Amino acid sequence: MSAPHLKIENLHVSIDDTEIIKDLNLEIKGGEVHAVMGPNGTGKSTLAAALMGHPRYEVTKGTVMFNGEDLLEMEVDERAKAGLFLAMQYPSEVSGVTNADFMRTAINAQRGEGNEIQLMKFIKKLDEKMNLLEMDESFSQRYLNEGFSGGEKKRNEILQMLMLEPQIAILDEIDSGLDIDALKVVSKGVNDMRGPEFGALIITHYQRLLNYIKPDKVHVMMQGTIVKSGGPELAERLEAEGYDWIKAELGIEDETVGQK
Amino acid sequence: MSAETIVYDEAYIREFSKHRQEPVWLLECRLRGLALMKELALPKPEKTNIENWNFHAFQHDVEPKGTSSLAALPEDVKSLIGKDSEAGNVIVQQNGAVVHQELSEDLKNKGVIFTDFLTAVKEHGDLVQKYFMTEAVQVDEHRLTAMHAALLNGGVFLYVPKNVEIEVPLQAIFWQDDAGAGLFNHVLIVADDNSSVTYVENYLSTNAGEPSVANIISEVYAGSNATIRYGAVDHMGETVTSYINRRGRIDHDGRIEWALGKMNDGNTVSENWTKCLGNGSTSEAKMVTIGRGEQRQNFMVRIDQIGQHSDGQIFAHGVMKDRATGIFNGIGKIYQGGKKSNAEQTSRILMLSDKARGDANPILLIDEDDVTAGHAASVGRVDDLQLYYLMSRGISRDEAERMIVRGFLDPVVRNLPIEGVKQALEGVIERKIQ
Repeated sequence: MSAPHLKIENLHVSIDDTEIIKDLNLEIKGGEVHAVMGPNGTGKSTLAAALMGHPRYEVTKGTVMFNGEDLLEMEVDERAKAGLFLAMQYPSEVSGVTNADFMRTAINAQRGEGNEIQLMKFIKKLDEKMNLLEMDESFSQRYLNEGFSGGEKKRNEILQMLMLEPQIAILDEIDSGLDIDALKVVSKGVNDMRGPEFGALIITHYQRLLNYIKPDKVHVMMQGTIVKSGGPELAERLEAEGYDWIKAELGIEDETVGQK
Repeated sequence: MSAETIVYDEAYIREFSKHRQEPVWLLECRLRGLALMKELALPKPEKTNIENWNFHAFQHDVEPKGTSSLAALPEDVKSLIGKDSEAGNVIVQQNGAVVHQELSEDLKNKGVIFTDFLTAVKEHGDLVQKYFMTEAVQVDEHRLTAMHAALLNGGVFLYVPKNVEIEVPLQAIFWQDDAGAGLFNHVLIVADDNSSVTYVENYLSTNAGEPSVANIISEVYAGSNATIRYGAVDHMGETVTSYINRRGRIDHDGRIEWALGKMNDGNTVSENWTKCLGNGSTSEAKMVTIGRGEQRQNFMVRIDQIGQHSDGQIFAHGVMKDRATGIFNGIGKIYQGGKKSNAEQTSRILMLSDKARGDANPILLIDEDDVTAGHAASVGRVDDLQLYYLMSRGISRDEAERMIVRGFLDPVVRNLPIEGVKQALEGVIERKIQ
């Protein structure tokens, strides 16, 4: 398998005719972990949702190529089957569908008919990954995200990532609402995936997650686009000094989206 | 054999009853029903006009098919029968006639009665007479209850004596395999004080084509501190018009739990009405359904709470496809004096087609101040964010939709205590949502 490659060029995204993302460019390759940081309301989660194909977001302009194919032409499930994964900030609850059934269906959808995963293999892998994430075994028989705490939902997202082994994973505020122990566990899950066959885009407000998942590149988003990029030292400076210096440097008064 | 409207007269009923060697009281009940069915109107389920439905064209007294052993049953029927720890207590009827029945020696020795209705009226006449269409369901309610009494041709009787707690499920399978055969089936369950029992029934028809009728009544009595878990899967064919009425009566601290999988393919009027009579009595009524094709169905789920500290929980989930219509009427009623009682209900209908119709009507009738009550009702499409979430893991839109539907119907599936019945229901759901 060739190393994954996601290339976003001149991306524009609207919701209900309001432009949220404008002229965003970003390239992620296998082996790289990118962090996208920025204050609330600057379009970070919109970027994640648009890449996955969220039904309420409309891409109005630009291209996204994933391993040489046009990602934006694909249905949501095709994007996933191509190797894209989004750990969602607010995953849906689906009553009556157990976690285990859901994950097995997802794995089999990827593997295709006639190549279904053996039940024992599936159970073994699930046990192993749940152990890694320090999840109680009762999780597998609970209904998908139903009644899960915020932290449980985040772990469950990471569990799905570990089970599905995507080529590129987008983690949308996977750290929000997590205490430090949970943060370490979730980070362990992500680090477990690292390697030349895996790239990640980590969306976060806070630098603290990046203490556990070392990014190769850090981007700052304001007004729906990337305004500054750098190495891990950029994240550290943001943690120490906040975002005001970037706004001053770029002459930005209001960093939120929807600015004319 | 073509089904046609037959005028049943007194001579026919007398002959039918005599041939079955029934006691006089039952013949009298039949004759009363016969007289009333000519006078009384059809029931009027809320928001569904059934005046033109076929409740009259069917064959009544069909020749027994003579399937005489379990081995000779078709796979659809055989697979329902409990195995291993679920086995040993089952009655199978074919067009109302007994194919097989067994009850464990252990339960017999404890005084449990579980037998076909005809045997019951002969061997346990006093007990049956006391409960049969005397309180929970009356002969003279409307034309269909009267017809039921007049033409009764199948059913079972289950009696659990005081203090007997039965761990294993008791099972009944009512199988119609004669295209035009009408079924007038009566299930009578009496669980005496401090007893407990789990009963599971399947209705299915395997030889569709002719118009026919299923007129089904269950009367279920839970004594004080008795618990009855009642599971059912109805799966009659497209040409069968069904009237299915299951009612419960609960004494103090007793409990009835219903888990009803309503999978008929024909037009259906369904009623499930439980009365929590005693203090501390509780009931939970769960039903799920799928409507498809041109099917029209009306469901009433009702719990009346008369006793203090009673609890009534109604849960109804329905999926409507194609051009199907499903009317859901949920009624929670707390009588004056039913202090500290609680009534809750949830009715949800999932619409899978623009042409389908769904209507969820939650009704709370509360005549007492010192109570709690709540209801939730919705009619809607599959949530696009749930679909997006499932699809984001590589699952196709169709499969994601089926998963959501399966999950939506799961609360009844998981409550059925016999693995074969559970799997059969899953199979029916799967076929209906394809």
